[in-house]
Amino acid sequence: MSAQLTQFLLTGLTIGAIYALVALGFAIIYNASHVINFAQGEFVMIGGMATESLIQLGLPLVPAIALAVAAAVLVGMALERFAIEPARGASATTLIIITIGASILLRGLAILVWDKKLHTVPSFSGDTPIQIGQATLLPQSLWVMGITLVIVLLLGWFFGRTLIGKAVLATSHNPVAAQLCGINVRFVLFLSFGLSAGLGAVAGILIAPITLTSWDVGVMLGLKGFAAAILGGLGSGVGAVVGGLVLGIAESLGAGYVSSAYKDAIAFIIILAVLFFMPSGLFGKKSPDRV
Amino acid sequence: MTSNTVPTRFPKLLAISAMLAAFAAPTLAQEAIRIGAFLSVTGPAAFLGDPEQKTLETYIEKINASGGVLGRKLQLVSYDDAGDAEKARTFAKRLIEQDKVDVIVGGSTTGSTMAAVPLVEAAQMPFISLAGAVVITEPVKKWVFKTPHTDRMACEKVFVDMNDRKLSRVALISGTGGFDKSMRAECLKVAPNYKIQVVADETYGAGDTDMTVQLTKIKNTAGVQAVLNPGFGQGPTIVTKNYKQLAVNLPLYQSHGVASKEFIKLSGDASEGVRLPAAALLIAEQLPDSDPQKKVVVSYKQTYEGKYKQDVSTFGGHAYDGLMLAVEAMRRAGSTDKAKVRDAIEATKGYIGTGGVVNMSPTDHMGLDLSAFRTLEVKGGVWTLVK
Repeated sequence: MSAQLTQFLLTGLTIGAIYALVALGFAIIYNASHVINFAQGEFVMIGGMATESLIQLGLPLVPAIALAVAAAVLVGMALERFAIEPARGASATTLIIITIGASILLRGLAILVWDKKLHTVPSFSGDTPIQIGQATLLPQSLWVMGITLVIVLLLGWFFGRTLIGKAVLATSHNPVAAQLCGINVRFVLFLSFGLSAGLGAVAGILIAPITLTSWDVGVMLGLKGFAAAILGGLGSGVGAVVGGLVLGIAESLGAGYVSSAYKDAIAFIIILAVLFFMPSGLFGKKSPDRV
Repeated sequence: MTSNTVPTRFPKLLAISAMLAAFAAPTLAQEAIRIGAFLSVTGPAAFLGDPEQKTLETYIEKINASGGVLGRKLQLVSYDDAGDAEKARTFAKRLIEQDKVDVIVGGSTTGSTMAAVPLVEAAQMPFISLAGAVVITEPVKKWVFKTPHTDRMACEKVFVDMNDRKLSRVALISGTGGFDKSMRAECLKVAPNYKIQVVADETYGAGDTDMTVQLTKIKNTAGVQAVLNPGFGQGPTIVTKNYKQLAVNLPLYQSHGVASKEFIKLSGDASEGVRLPAAALLIAEQLPDSDPQKKVVVSYKQTYEGKYKQDVSTFGGHAYDGLMLAVEAMRRAGSTDKAKVRDAIEATKGYIGTGGVVNMSPTDHMGLDLSAFRTLEVKGGVWTLVK
């Protein structure tokens, strides 16, 4: 029984770490612009697909990953420059709808550039499962969890300790005041799209060996990542990670002990319950009333 | 019409009919036989419609090059329904009413096929569907035939193999997509006929990335002897990988939905030992020379792969069979009269196609039996025939 529980928890942690990475991407853009970027899942797709095709071209894993992340960052910045920037000044809702359009466009382009087949990236360090008690874990899962942790720490340092990170936070609190202080608000937005696209791509590459990748892999992951971000509290880095892990473990325990058919329902019921009692999520800042 | 208008209209009518005749005359001598098709060439079911379209084009060209049918050329009138049943219905109507085709071969998905069925029945148009579900030909509809195997046959083929291996307590794990649900239901229905007891029945969502939880439950189910994954898409690959990760040391069966080289490529080592039912086309070259289907499948495979430089798929094969059944029926009927062609299709006996040996009857509008499926096993990274 306890072996079964260990397996469920390990599975939940792996899935949760994946959701957390996607949720972090939502958090960064939300922080800078109060826009929920629904093209976040497509960055995940671009990361995985680009890595796979670069490996097919004969590149070793590491340069392929670097190039794929760079490509996704470029796409993210182009999205900001050519779709979000021209609509500057529009309401957040308008911008969100633009990102939905962008996600459809990116999926269409992916079909043209690549194809509609499934692809896979080789595991970073083999497929031999690691035995933990009577449960097993793939080495790739450790990569996912480890890199998620590193990214969380890096982001914490970036937003808390660097000038540019603080500029992003200042912009998120009050763009006008930030601009008056000499912060280039347009650059901040540009930067945060690039950053979150890169993050999404890293997530896509890390999980491709476990989950496979294809032109539409971003749809479901984007949705789950969004749910995780909401659960943790939009805009909170710690919240995104905790939200992702809670969602992953809830799904896995739900499938294990209740019924695999209601797995998604159980996860979403938990989210609804949390939001009902804590409308700003587990770690979200209570939005102060403006005077 | 009053009599005094006739003289004024008459010359006009004459002139028009003379003009029409002048245009029509060269083609009228050997008017082409029109083969209608509506296929899901783009959209989510493009993996079905694309090879089907290419196959129809290739073989109609080939048939025309060797003299056509009944001394007439074939002409393909094809529409892309993009996997949308509503569009499929519109195109079927257009094929019947405007294009006045002689036979319809098409309907890549069960949804698009069923949307066209009421129309072809009303118009009395011979219709050969390329979609899988049992519901297309059960109950039998007078004007509707189909070429692909059904998911029920796939279940039966798997269960026969399990009987041979003395495995009777089986766990199912399937997705929530249309293909998965339909096949799971068929498997549950026919399991008792083969004395198979389903001891676990797990599901996973369409975009799920991990099935270790479901497989852990199956692994811990008392007395389970084999696992069957009626699935389609990326699900079966993840199941196969997780299966190895958890070291579930039981025979694993997949469905014909993933019978392709790609499945092995995506699953890697984990696919070793996996069995599934598949059409002969997948192992064309491996078939023994005595196999009646060998000549047909090797020829189709070489023609298709030679022309399009992409791996042959069983779906294109279904279109080949559909076209050939229609053409053979016209030859035997000696005409393109719709009722005669329909009767001739229903009387098809011993037609050897890519999908199997077809023996139609008034009660069976598919005409395939379990011999149409081969049980394959992954050995050394390739599909091999289980003797």
